Amino acid sequence: MALKIEQDWGRFREIVRGKVKQNLRKYIVHSELIGKKGKDLVSIPVPQVEIPHFVHSPEKLGGVGQGQGEAGTPIGVGEGDEDGHAGNQPGQHILEVELTLEELAQILGEELELPNIEPRGKKNIKSLSGRYTGIHTAGPESLRHTRRTFKEALKRQITSGSYDPINPVIIPITEDKRYKLRETVEEPAYNAVVIYMMDISGSMGSEQKEIVRVESFWIDTWLRYQYRDIETKYIVHDAVAREVDRDIFFRVRESGGTIISSAYKLCRKMMEERYPSDEWNIYAFHFSDGDNWSRDDTHECIEMLEENLLPKVNLFCYGQVESPYGSGQFFYDLEDHLKEKENLVLSKIANKDAVYDSIKQFLGRGG
Amino acid sequence: MISSELQKYIEEIESRAREYGLDFFDVIFEVVDFEEMNMLASYGGFPVRYPHWRFGMEYERISKSYTYGLHKIYEMVINNNPSYAYLLKGNTDIDQKLVIAHVYAHSDFFKNNFWFSETNRKMLDEMANHAIRIRRYIDKYGYEEVESFIDICLSIEDLIDIHSPFIKRQFDKKNFLEVDEGERKPVSKLRSPSEYLEDYINPPDFIEWQRKKGEDEKIKKKKFPEFPERDVLLFLLENAQIEEWQRDVLSMIREESYYYAPQIQTKIMNEGWAAYWHSKILTEKIVTDREIIDYADHHAGTLSTRPGVLNPYKLGIELFRNIEDRWNKGKFGKDYQECDDIEAKRNWDMNLGLGRDKIFEVRRFYNDVTFIDEFLTEDFCREHGLFTYAYNRSTGMYEIESRDFKKIKEKLLFMLTNCTRPIIEIVEGNYMNRGELYLVHKHEGVDLKLDWAKDVLKQIFKIWKRPVHLETVVDGKLRVFTAEGGKKGKEVEVESFLVK
Repeated sequence: MALKIEQDWGRFREIVRGKVKQNLRKYIVHSELIGKKGKDLVSIPVPQVEIPHFVHSPEKLGGVGQGQGEAGTPIGVGEGDEDGHAGNQPGQHILEVELTLEELAQILGEELELPNIEPRGKKNIKSLSGRYTGIHTAGPESLRHTRRTFKEALKRQITSGSYDPINPVIIPITEDKRYKLRETVEEPAYNAVVIYMMDISGSMGSEQKEIVRVESFWIDTWLRYQYRDIETKYIVHDAVAREVDRDIFFRVRESGGTIISSAYKLCRKMMEERYPSDEWNIYAFHFSDGDNWSRDDTHECIEMLEENLLPKVNLFCYGQVESPYGSGQFFYDLEDHLKEKENLVLSKIANKDAVYDSIKQFLGRGG
Repeated sequence: MISSELQKYIEEIESRAREYGLDFFDVIFEVVDFEEMNMLASYGGFPVRYPHWRFGMEYERISKSYTYGLHKIYEMVINNNPSYAYLLKGNTDIDQKLVIAHVYAHSDFFKNNFWFSETNRKMLDEMANHAIRIRRYIDKYGYEEVESFIDICLSIEDLIDIHSPFIKRQFDKKNFLEVDEGERKPVSKLRSPSEYLEDYINPPDFIEWQRKKGEDEKIKKKKFPEFPERDVLLFLLENAQIEEWQRDVLSMIREESYYYAPQIQTKIMNEGWAAYWHSKILTEKIVTDREIIDYADHHAGTLSTRPGVLNPYKLGIELFRNIEDRWNKGKFGKDYQECDDIEAKRNWDMNLGLGRDKIFEVRRFYNDVTFIDEFLTEDFCREHGLFTYAYNRSTGMYEIESRDFKKIKEKLLFMLTNCTRPIIEIVEGNYMNRGELYLVHKHEGVDLKLDWAKDVLKQIFKIWKRPVHLETVVDGKLRVFTAEGGKKGKEVEVESFLVK
């Protein structure tokens, strides 16, 4: 039975989504969300969706209870009544809304007005997926279609006259059995890879890393929603660069100088060896405090970006995290030289609250 | 579908219930699965309600607590003639039997309790009607338009006068108003020694001004509404400048409020009565040996208590049993009250056997307030470990406050009065002669929840369209909250000031 409540329930969920949207800025830096993946549900405490009434202040009202205990014994107070009319009990439920990360990404997209990504036309890549499309007379028992089988048996019994409406016993025999038929369909797929690069030189403190963590979580969420499947790669660098896994990426703490070109070289190598740009949609993000070792190295970076990286990636984002030690010069150097490049986005992230705007800058470009 | 087995139980329990003297409407049982049950519960028991998100919110809450195993609804019964009752599919036989008996007792209560006497017994149809009318408005004016108006109505749905269905006014208000109108009081003049000084001693401007002032005062005296009005919804229906469809929606919400009010007013009695009878009927007539443990388990679950929650089933059934016992033994009246021999009091038994008759009388005439007021005794409070609790600011927790009988009773009565809600009256519908609305909260020692109160004021402003004031007491000081603004898309704002 289709429940009539569906409409009201749907409407309620819509209102809740609206609330989440309104408060998205707050949730974006909500570190509890971070670390969730895929179809996991995230539980978000939402400011009350409620109908206000004139009621007594629960704290001033108090109440009557029963049980043991001296005066002054703390008690748990809450509602225990099923019909919702029990306004005589203090305590309210905080609304915990469960959203899938996909829904969250949708909301993020709507609120930040992120354009849908148009994958670069590489439709030559196919992925295979199975679907049940038909019925067959042979197959594994696990795929037996019970209703169709009984229908066949019923037809056979009626035609053969062995069906007794007063005592309707239907026994399927082997010929009656029907099986679901699985067909393999080819679907175009887009491959996408996200390459995160992070500066872990001494001047990047834990606060800066937290910002990167939050930001990369949201970028992941959005790109995962846009592409069915993405690969993520992590590169850390100080004076040298190396590829690491996700855990290490966020935990490692090195000290030392900053040679940004090392990371770009590794990134270039990765793309050449594993992710040819005619097969992959490539997204590269680089976070740093912008305090590069030397001018020469900065020039090398700019050259590399211009010649090797930018022509191949869908998007290259440079996020400069503000740190008390860094000069932030790299940002201006990039701005000066590569301003007119369409798939390069530069963003300054002053603190956690700025993540929201930075995401908008990065992903607002589409691509 | 009712299985033949279930039908057998129903018939047997029905005839047993009649033997005990229960007098109920016909009851139509339906078996539903848990999803349908949760849906029906969200709709307040009715299969068809108007569309609104709050039912969806209720559904989310109920189905979540069902999924997490926190709560399961076994039964639901609607005050209607015939009564409709829903049984949960897949319950054990003993659960169904208990629930069936429980339902018959509820139906008896609906039919016979005085406070239900004015409720619409064809509410099932009426609710469906409301749904159709509101859907029609939605088609015509748009979903959000209607929804946001319903939001407003729901915020004030409880501002009704729960006793008004039973009041017959002694006089016709309109005639009463006209009595001292008509002639104007002459303006008193100073005596002038001669005629030519008249205009100097009694300047015509001044006399005219005096006359006008007198008239203004008379208008002011003519109150509107003449008496403080608790049925805020009625007042708005009659006087607010709203569209016809809005008036219709408001009137439907009001009607539903009046329909539900007696159920809130008799929660303890109603549940107590039903628990009393399912227990009596099942243990004396129905339960088989092998069912007794499961029965006891379920029954005990229904009556379980936690310190911070007053279980209406428990309080109700124990009070009914207490009353029955006292009237059986004659533990009431002057002699018993004045006896100060504890031992004699404990063993008091005059073999009157009036208990059964008494509880039937109680179920006919009382509601929770009068029930508690008359039958909650000090002994009972002690025996059942009742206490009052209060919020402790320094720990942020609720703590047991007192086990003093007077305090417990006072608090209970306070909480039950006016369906647990504060009393709000419209005192002026033309405040300051500016068409503003002036509400007064009859403060009885407990402040309002202020953030909500402000939101409600904003909602009333949207209906009244002129400033709305609420007089209340905050932390011992008289305060007036005013909702106004809202012009040219401006937000409605609430401000407050202290009254000296």
